Formats: sequence, C-alpha cells, structure tokens
Amino acid sequence: MFKILKAEHLAENIILMDVEAKRVAKSCLPGQFVIIRVDEKGERVPLTIADYDREKGIITIVFQPIGASTHQLAELKAGDTILDFVGPLGRPSDLVYEDIEELKKKKILFICGGVGTAPVYPQVKWLHEHGVGADVIIGARTKNLLIYEDAMREVAENLYMCTDDGSYGFKGNGSQRLDALYEEGKSYDHCVVIGPMIMMKFTCMATKKYNIPTVVSMNPIMVDGTGMCGACRLTVGDEVKFACVDGPEFDGHKINFDEAMKRQAMYKTAEGRALLKFKEGATHHGGCGHCGGDK
Amino acid sequence: MEGLTRVPVREQAPKVRAANFEEVCLGYNKEEAVAEAKRCLQCKKPMCSQGCPVSINIPGFIGKIVEEDFAGAYEILTQSSSLPAVCGRVCPQESQCEGKCVRGKKGDAVAIGKLERFVADWARENGIKPKKAESLNGKKVAVIGSGPAGLSCAGDLAKWGYDVTIFEALHEAGGVLTYGIPEFRLPKDAVVKPEVENVKSLGVKIETDVIIGKSVTVDELLNEEGFDAVFIGSGAGLPMFMGIPGENANGVFSANEYLTRSNLMKARLEDYATPMPESKKAVIVGGGNVAMDAARTALRLGAETHIVYRRSEAELPARAEEVHHAKEEGVIFDLLTNPVEILTDDNGWVRAVRCVKMELGEPDASGRRRPVPVEGSEFELEADAVIMSLGTSPNPLISSTTEGLEINRRKCIVAEAETGKTSKEGVYAGGDAVTGAATVILAMEAGRAGAKGIHEFLSK
Repeated sequence: MFKILKAEHLAENIILMDVEAKRVAKSCLPGQFVIIRVDEKGERVPLTIADYDREKGIITIVFQPIGASTHQLAELKAGDTILDFVGPLGRPSDLVYEDIEELKKKKILFICGGVGTAPVYPQVKWLHEHGVGADVIIGARTKNLLIYEDAMREVAENLYMCTDDGSYGFKGNGSQRLDALYEEGKSYDHCVVIGPMIMMKFTCMATKKYNIPTVVSMNPIMVDGTGMCGACRLTVGDEVKFACVDGPEFDGHKINFDEAMKRQAMYKTAEGRALLKFKEGATHHGGCGHCGGDK
Repeated sequence: MEGLTRVPVREQAPKVRAANFEEVCLGYNKEEAVAEAKRCLQCKKPMCSQGCPVSINIPGFIGKIVEEDFAGAYEILTQSSSLPAVCGRVCPQESQCEGKCVRGKKGDAVAIGKLERFVADWARENGIKPKKAESLNGKKVAVIGSGPAGLSCAGDLAKWGYDVTIFEALHEAGGVLTYGIPEFRLPKDAVVKPEVENVKSLGVKIETDVIIGKSVTVDELLNEEGFDAVFIGSGAGLPMFMGIPGENANGVFSANEYLTRSNLMKARLEDYATPMPESKKAVIVGGGNVAMDAARTALRLGAETHIVYRRSEAELPARAEEVHHAKEEGVIFDLLTNPVEILTDDNGWVRAVRCVKMELGEPDASGRRRPVPVEGSEFELEADAVIMSLGTSPNPLISSTTEGLEINRRKCIVAEAETGKTSKEGVYAGGDAVTGAATVILAMEAGRAGAKGIHEFLSK
C-alpha cells in the first residue's frame, strides 16, 4: 500500500498527487515512469514521474482522468492509499548521461503540450541544478488547462506560454510558437517534445523543418511495464521497440506516429464501456443497451 | 490383464469445459488414488525417481498412499518439492517419472503426477503445512522472482534456517504460475495461492512491486541492504515476435500479453478493469505449451481457434495431454503452415494471416526435420486476433545492472548447474533466467540447486 500525501487540482481536469514510495524515490531519474494499480480489480496504469524527493521518499504524479482507472484514481484524497505503485520504469532521459560541459554549449528547447508539461519539469529542473539552461514552451488548448507556469519559470532560461485560442500568452500551438521564435532569430540544437501523441507528431514535423534533433516521450498501452508483454511496441525507423524498456524516450523523427495512434485506440470501445460503468456506479446494469455491456 | 491400465482420472466433458475456466482435470478421489497407488511395483531400484528432476522418493510416497497415510505421503513429497500441487498438474510426466516407470513397458505407467496432485490437494484440504525451521541462523538471503525457481529456492533455504526475502516485480507472487498458466490448468485461488502461502508459512517474506535492476540493484541488496547472498530466478519474460510485415497491427498480441491479461489481470471477468481482446476467430502461432494455453483461453472466450505450426504433429513441443485436451475442446490444428504476413483492414486491425504451406526437409541442428515452404502454396487465413507464441528470452534488466555478472550470447545468466553459482561472488541463479524458456519442474530443480549452493557458500 502506498500513501497519498497530497492531492490537488492543478487545472481543470489535471490532478497532482504526492505519493510515498521510498524505493522509487531513491532510484528514479528524470524521464522514467511508474505503474500504479488503484485496487484489486484495477488496471496497471503507466504514469510519468513529474517530480521526486529522495530524502522524504516522495514521488509526484500528474494526470488527467481519461479512462475508468484514472477517474477512480482522481477520486482519491490525501491520506488514501494506492494498492500498487511500482518503478522507476523505463530508461532515464538521455540528457542525464551526457557530459555537462557539452550540454552547456547546446541550445536546448522543451515543447510541452497540456498534461505533458509535468514530466518535462523534472528534466528542466535537473538541467538547471547542473547549471544548464533550457528554453521551454508550454502550450494548451486554453488558459485554464495550462499548468506549471510558476514552477517552470524558476528553472527555465526563457519560458514561452501559448494557447490555441489565444486566451493566454501567444495565440497558437507549440509548433507555431517555435516558428515565431525562429522568425525572431532564435535557433536550437536539441528539442524535447512531450504531450498528446497527435501534438508530438505535428511538433516533430515542425522541428524537422529546422533540423533540430528531437526526442519524444511515448506513453502507449502497457500491461507489466517491464518488457514482458510487448503491448507497447512501436516502430522506430525500421526497428520494433518496446516503449517500457527501450524508451519511453525515442527519436521523434523516426517514430511511426500513425501506427502508434492506431494502437493507442485499440481498446477504445472497451474503455468507453468501463468509464460509463464507473460513472454510473451501482446504477450500471448493462441492460439499457447504451454501453453494449449486456452483450 | 489385471493392473495394465491406470485408474482413469475424471475430467470435465470437453464441450462443457470449452465454455468455462474451471479446472479441466478433476483429479483422483481417495478410493481412486489408493487403487492407482496399488499398481506401483515398489521397485528396488526406482527408475521413476531418477526421471524426476527433484528426485522425489516416488515409491516412498506412493507406498504411504497404499497405507492411506496421506500425511506421511505429503511429508515425503515436501522433502523434495516445495510445490507438489503445481507439479502434479503441470510437469511433463510422460517424459520424466512416468516415462521411466517399469509398468509403462507393458501397459500404462503408474499415474504418478495424478497421485502427487492427490496428496498435495489432500494436505491443503486438511490444513497440513510443511514444517518450519526451529530457529533462524542469522543469515539473510534475497531471492529475485517468485516463480517456481524462486519459490523452491526460498522454501529450501527457509527450512534450513535462513531469513529469506523474495522480491517480485509484479503485484502478485507466483511468476509464470500466476501470469502465464491459465486457471483451467492451474487454479489460482485453489492451488497457486495456497502453495505460495505454504512457502510464506516457512518464514519467507515476499515483497511485491520491486523491480530488481530498477527499484534497487543486486549490488545494493548485497552492499546496502545487508543480504549475504542473492538468488536470481527472474525467468525468461521477453516475448519473441516473427518480424513479418503487419505484426504491429491492432489485434496482434504476444501470448505473454494475452495470457497476462486473462490470468494476472483477470481481464476476462466483467468486474475487472483491464480490457480483454475480443475475438471471433483467433490464430495462435506456435506449438508449445504456451500456444496451447493461449488457444484454449481464446476458445473459452468464444473464438473459433486455430493453432498454426510450421512443423508436423510429431514435433509439437507441448505436453501430450495439452494437445489432446486442446483437440477434444475443438481447437483446430493447421500444421505444416507458417505465417508470412499479417493483413489489416483500413483501421489498422487484423483481418487475415497470409500463410504458406510447409514440408519437412533434411534434419536441422535440433535433429528435427527442417520445415521448408512449399512454393505457390500461399493462402489467407481469416482472423481478428493473432497471438504470437514463439518463445521467450531472459529479461536483461538484472544482468545489465549488476557488476561482474556474466551472460552468454542468448542473454542467459551463466551459472553452474549443480550449485547455481555465477561469475559474481555471493550471487546464484537458476531457472529460465539461466536456461532460457523451459519447464516449471526444471526451474524448481535449479532453485533447489541454488539453495544448496548458497547454503554451502554461507556455511564456509
């Protein structure tokens, strides 16, 4: 059992939780993820680590309730427990293995989309703590979906906020903000893009235009998270990779995003049914025909 | 003639069991077990025990069944095996103990597996536990993985007075017994959990949700957490794929994924949250025990199920009983057939498997005749789910994070068979992590060898 120490809304429909997980906090690095299972009947859900405190043994997760399992997680409060919390999984970000002096010479840009801002934060923070500056673009559909602005400002060299509808900061998405930066005469040698799959796909097309080597963090469907099931396999260049053990970070210009998005949608019908069942709770009988659960 | 045939074991009727997940084989009752036990000739030089990887005193425990001293029979079994209820169900007896039984030369071999199962089940139903060590010897051993190798290693060490902690990466103990082998062959609540509880009742602690190599390393266990020795029984968990076009299509699974969803995550049950792939026509590629398990699971979930295997029936690596059961239940065997491409619809879902017919040519390195494609024989086999069951290889998570641990080119840990000793002092290994994918009983044998090796090392 893993105790939730803090649970708060960062924005509409985006939740932050601090969870006591000593072994994970002791050994994790930026870029890695955990798998949680809320209760006996729950799914194993992968979530990227958003922050960690080694001394206190705390891991921070940030998530958006989408399916039944994340909705169930969202209902938990400080003092509640999560049945299983395992990690750290996946390879740490390549940045932590690079020579610090070499990194200092590079112009690094992070482009975050929505809830994807959370896993970017520990990377920028880690670089900042090692004396490496990085620029950050945080984008979202609209103002009340933006997160981490203040925290990120503390650790980023330059922070650029943008919204699709122009309700806050630059009007446009991350790729358009990137275009604007290049028009202003800026340029970058390394880019990290984390966000929804469709956002990563289009942002990678933009960075390719400027020939910026780009890393993305993939979060496909997983079961065990240790390389056992292969549910998370992706095509990277002409190779098949498992996101859980070979990633989650990959060369964004080599990922087959279309295949990855199709695989992401594999259980859409089943997930929809499960969510409906969760929301309806005890009133769900599978008899009305709406969800197909009576079949 | 009297005694030539074995007492038949009761099973669920094929048509009934093809629609449920209850255990197929119902096992012997007391009368049947005693009658079968009386068929044992009590050989002076028992060949059966020599055929058993953990050298169970087989005539000994069978003799106790004849005397109706079932507790005595259980005590003899547990001297050699930590998991008798499991082994009685999943060991390939026909090529081990029963394969050597003198009775088998003329008539049926004694049903040793079914008798082992009877005794273990009787002990569980009567609340008999294996005997615990009287005192601890003050030495701590870490066991990595709670599958058959880890459980049997931990069980032996605990009996000898060691303070043993098992670390398990998943949320539940049992390894392949829990995530891999289906309920209808090895019931989880009735058999696996009580066997794990038996090992815990010896004093063994099990810490789940710990991934050695990630959460903590072997070196940290030895240097920081105070363990005097480590046994690695982490299995062979990485699934292989064929590398054919279309293999990443929606609806293509590794057998590991398919079985883990059904067994560990209980996705086939309505009130569990993990989704289970739905299928009306499933194609399982491969001919081993895992392929049979996946096929029989898909069948029970309502699919017309085909096994596609590139060699002929004689080369099927699965246990004879599994093939027999699968056929009885209605699994269709497309032998001498090999997939060459997965075909998809516009949404990226599997619609068919393009296969080629095979014929057997000259023997290959394994001594089996090599299957070669028949030219112009390609055809499409309709399918909405394809389950790849081509074998597994060891996970490099541990070997890649442990200083000085030697592995071979197949990524298997190099360890001595008799002691489990590896290239790193204080670190022992056994089971699929060393041999590559094999059987439950061979992993148990390796677990026991590792326990012996660790005992010798720590007794110096």
